[in-house]
Amino acid sequence: MNFVRDALAWIVDPTNLHGPESWPMHLLQHLGYSLLAVAIASAIAVPLGYFVGHTGRGRNLAVGLSGAARALPSLGLVTLFGLWIGVGLGAPMIALVLLAVPSVLAGAYSGIEAVNPATVDAARAQGMTEWQVLAQVEAPLGFPLLLGGLRSAMLQVVSTATLAAYVGAGGLGRDLFLGLKTQDYPQMLAASLLVLTLAVALELAFELTERLLQHRQTTPDPREIP
Amino acid sequence: MRWLGENLGLVGRLSLAHLSMTLPAVALSFLFALPVAWLATRWRPGRAGLVALSGLVYAIPSLPLFVVLPMLIGTTVRDRWNVIAALTLYGFALMVRSATDGLDAVGDGPRLSAMAMGYGALRRFVTVELPLAGPALLAGLRVVAVSTVSLVTVSALLGVASLGQLFTDGFQRGILAEVLTGILATVLVAWLLDALLQALGWLLLPWTRRQKGAAT
Repeated sequence: MNFVRDALAWIVDPTNLHGPESWPMHLLQHLGYSLLAVAIASAIAVPLGYFVGHTGRGRNLAVGLSGAARALPSLGLVTLFGLWIGVGLGAPMIALVLLAVPSVLAGAYSGIEAVNPATVDAARAQGMTEWQVLAQVEAPLGFPLLLGGLRSAMLQVVSTATLAAYVGAGGLGRDLFLGLKTQDYPQMLAASLLVLTLAVALELAFELTERLLQHRQTTPDPREIP
Repeated sequence: MRWLGENLGLVGRLSLAHLSMTLPAVALSFLFALPVAWLATRWRPGRAGLVALSGLVYAIPSLPLFVVLPMLIGTTVRDRWNVIAALTLYGFALMVRSATDGLDAVGDGPRLSAMAMGYGALRRFVTVELPLAGPALLAGLRVVAVSTVSLVTVSALLGVASLGQLFTDGFQRGILAEVLTGILATVLVAWLLDALLQALGWLLLPWTRRQKGAAT
């Protein structure tokens, strides 16, 4: 357990706490990359997933793609784009987006599909246009499943963003790889603990959001009931 | 293509090394997950905790785990058992969740019928619940197998030989074909293992054959 003590000492060491290459900066970078990647993936996958879910078109393709993507090795994607585009942030970002898209896509289309068809028919019978059905009925009701998709995408991205440092981008992976190169175990362990803490914190944030949503769905605001 | 032609031996060797870590990890995670899932279906209060805990395990990024684990279990970083242990942990986490759902879905009917026929807990589990949950267990195992194959590649960063070595080597030496070969080979190994598990399911769960044909 000496390693753990040394790692904690590394974390609180003032020389590692300040400056552009300090771990708090790397942590922020790591979080920033991850949020950006999931945001880009959502901008691509949510409209696509809603289209698949609403029309039922291309469903087999979407299911097949999400399944096949699981076999794609993330390190392979990171190095592939690293060679292709060159070192920097661009390469890992493309890889991270590619890894996040299938989960978000699956969450988006399964959320729409899970909506009770009777509810959708009722909305149509009330004279809602297809856009209104999607935006006001299907999207809100399918949101919990979309959130689940975003959650697993986020988890995968935070984990893979550690590899971004391998092709020259920043993030907590930098501390990890530096420790790996110099056989500095306390630094490796410290960086690992920080990545782990970030991942668990994000998981808890999603869990909390899901609980809040569930709570809202089962107990409607009394003011909303006429 | 030329790179692949000149390095077929290397790719074959690395594929075997890859499998030598994947197979034990998949098998061990299945073996460890079954009793825990059984416990989770029996012992209600423990269920939420067990499933949530396995979710948290999956939140651990792989590279840090590969680095931290040897300090905890006393192997060296480059030991392949270190990699197997880490992968088992991930597979276990995934498998506990799907096995619990699968065993749950068996329902009380068959369980009570078996009880009424005088089956003890163990016999009931092995001869009634396990086969009935078979298709769900197989589905879970297939997910574990595919994601394990893909995760093994990360171990190359520690210097453990696997198909991931084609990524690190290709990146360092700037050989795009090598990295591409690595990705293709990894996906291929994953598909092969998946097909193998499907075939195994076809053999072991013969009653699912007809249903599938009827459904599609």
